[in-house]
Amino acid sequence: MRATIIKEFRELRRDKRTLAMLIGLPLMLLIIFGFAANFTIDTLTVSVVGSDASQAEQLVSQSPDASDQLDLTTVDEDGTEAQVRDQLADDEVDMAILTGDASPSDRPTVLIDGSNLFAAQTANVIVAGLGDAVDSEILYNPDLETSWVMVPALIGLILTFIGTIITSIGLVREREQGTLEQLAVMPFSSASVIIGKITPYFILACVDMVIITVLGMWVFDVPFNGSVTAFVLGAAIFLFVVLGIGVLISTVSQTTGQAVQVAMMTLLPQVLLSGMIFPLEAMAAGVRWIGYLLPLTYFTKISQGIMLRDSSWSYLWPSLAVLVLMAVVIFGTAVVRLRRDLAPAKAR
Amino acid sequence: MWGARHVTVRFGSTTALDEVGLDLPEGRVTSIVGGDGAGKTTLVRALLRRVALDGGAVDVPDLTEVGYQPSTSGVWPALSVRQNLEFAGVAYGMSAATIRERGDELLETAALTHATSRLGSELSGGMRQKLGFCMAMLHRPRMLLLDEPSTGVDPVSRVELWRLVTQAAARGTAVGMTTTYLDEAERASTVVALDAGTVLTAGDPTAVVHEVPGTVSATDHRPAGRRTWRRGTAFHTWTPPGETAPGSEITPDLEDALIALSLARTQEDHR
Repeated sequence: MRATIIKEFRELRRDKRTLAMLIGLPLMLLIIFGFAANFTIDTLTVSVVGSDASQAEQLVSQSPDASDQLDLTTVDEDGTEAQVRDQLADDEVDMAILTGDASPSDRPTVLIDGSNLFAAQTANVIVAGLGDAVDSEILYNPDLETSWVMVPALIGLILTFIGTIITSIGLVREREQGTLEQLAVMPFSSASVIIGKITPYFILACVDMVIITVLGMWVFDVPFNGSVTAFVLGAAIFLFVVLGIGVLISTVSQTTGQAVQVAMMTLLPQVLLSGMIFPLEAMAAGVRWIGYLLPLTYFTKISQGIMLRDSSWSYLWPSLAVLVLMAVVIFGTAVVRLRRDLAPAKAR
Repeated sequence: MWGARHVTVRFGSTTALDEVGLDLPEGRVTSIVGGDGAGKTTLVRALLRRVALDGGAVDVPDLTEVGYQPSTSGVWPALSVRQNLEFAGVAYGMSAATIRERGDELLETAALTHATSRLGSELSGGMRQKLGFCMAMLHRPRMLLLDEPSTGVDPVSRVELWRLVTQAAARGTAVGMTTTYLDEAERASTVVALDAGTVLTAGDPTAVVHEVPGTVSATDHRPAGRRTWRRGTAFHTWTPPGETAPGSEITPDLEDALIALSLARTQEDHR
């Protein structure tokens, strides 16, 4: 038995990936659940408009409780309901207060962004405390359904799953069974081998995306309020990023097991830190920045924005731009590395 | 003539091939022999331009006219025998009809006709290597490079595989195959023996045998000294020229010759 234990430790010491998992995973989980696992949003960003806006601002600043919870980012006496609705659609504020002439009723009206589930819950508590003094309306997700927020994010997760795990397995298997060597010698150009290997996964991911989107809308009544074109564009760019990660993983892995291990290590932080489960605003700054490095964070922003809030281009483009940059860098690196595997002699 | 000239390949600080030369004449089988790590696979990969050369040159036909079978057989396990052949044919730009016709012919010679719908993963080792050979030969290449096609293959399949190889050579193909089986190498027109990345000897197998300096002798018991190896129940010994050989002198076969040449080289190095 002692011999087996020693042998096992010796083998483990040489298996760098398993070691990384043994040490890295607990650390990662500790960081994530210590600093990121927080559903409660303490401070809401608020836009106050209408003739009594300044008065409302004073009221808030006089109450320590209110000024703690509410961060008045816009106070505009000339502002209109249309203006704050745009702000809410573009996720600039969590909540808006329409006062005086801007309010459709004789009382102030509070508009809450329901696509921001946890912020909306905090806002709801505040509004409930005000009783009859205000009218309120929850926009985009009136019943605060978790599924409405989850389905758009889930589409991204499924694309990530296919793009990263399935693609890397497909490519590594070719290396593992020795047929990559065969493909490399056949009179195909590197480009046609790479495109031929990736296209099926691209198509499968697209089919899966359509199925999940349609099923989500059908089973959970998730709305699709925004532009389909923008959504398709965002999904396509995102797919290039995750396929790139998959190809990249395949170039650093020798076996399917290794590929799955590495892919899991890229998948887990994306699930936990992309804002899909825990809101980014509720995370500690350091961990939130990890979230900003992950492609799923940006796809979730895009898909939730388009499907639930019909966000404008001015809200969508920064996320799209980040994804384009990621796609160019990651997919580019992946293709260069794969080409080198296919034609090492030509590379020199 | 096709082949390699003064090919040097280094991987980091290791020299895998050092000034290796190899001729691959048309219509002949050239076997590349050597122990594990001698550089056989690297030489094949160099011929295929799959590794960058640190020196020398390779002269091979266009890759479209080269057939190659990797040591892993090159068969896709999740494709059927027929689909594997189809893919190989399409890769070389063959028409569906030609693939079918050529494929049937090759499967027939390889005795695989009954298995066309079986998956690559369901084939025995010997059948898989034979299919790999058919895939490499499908487009009638002018040069055929086979990397250890017979390793792990049962004796009957080895005979069949060898028949396929000689048939290909008889039709004018330049065949280069690596092998660890010296009885197989003995049947090739030319043997190139690699030892630690250099050519130990090259030539007609009978000529190689005559190259051995000194004497090879056989004894029933292990004689003193370290230049002895076991063959069956007997011990064979190489003795350098000018020294007295134990037991009775024998005519070495290829295996004896290669061991003796390797020992002779070691002795020279020590001088």
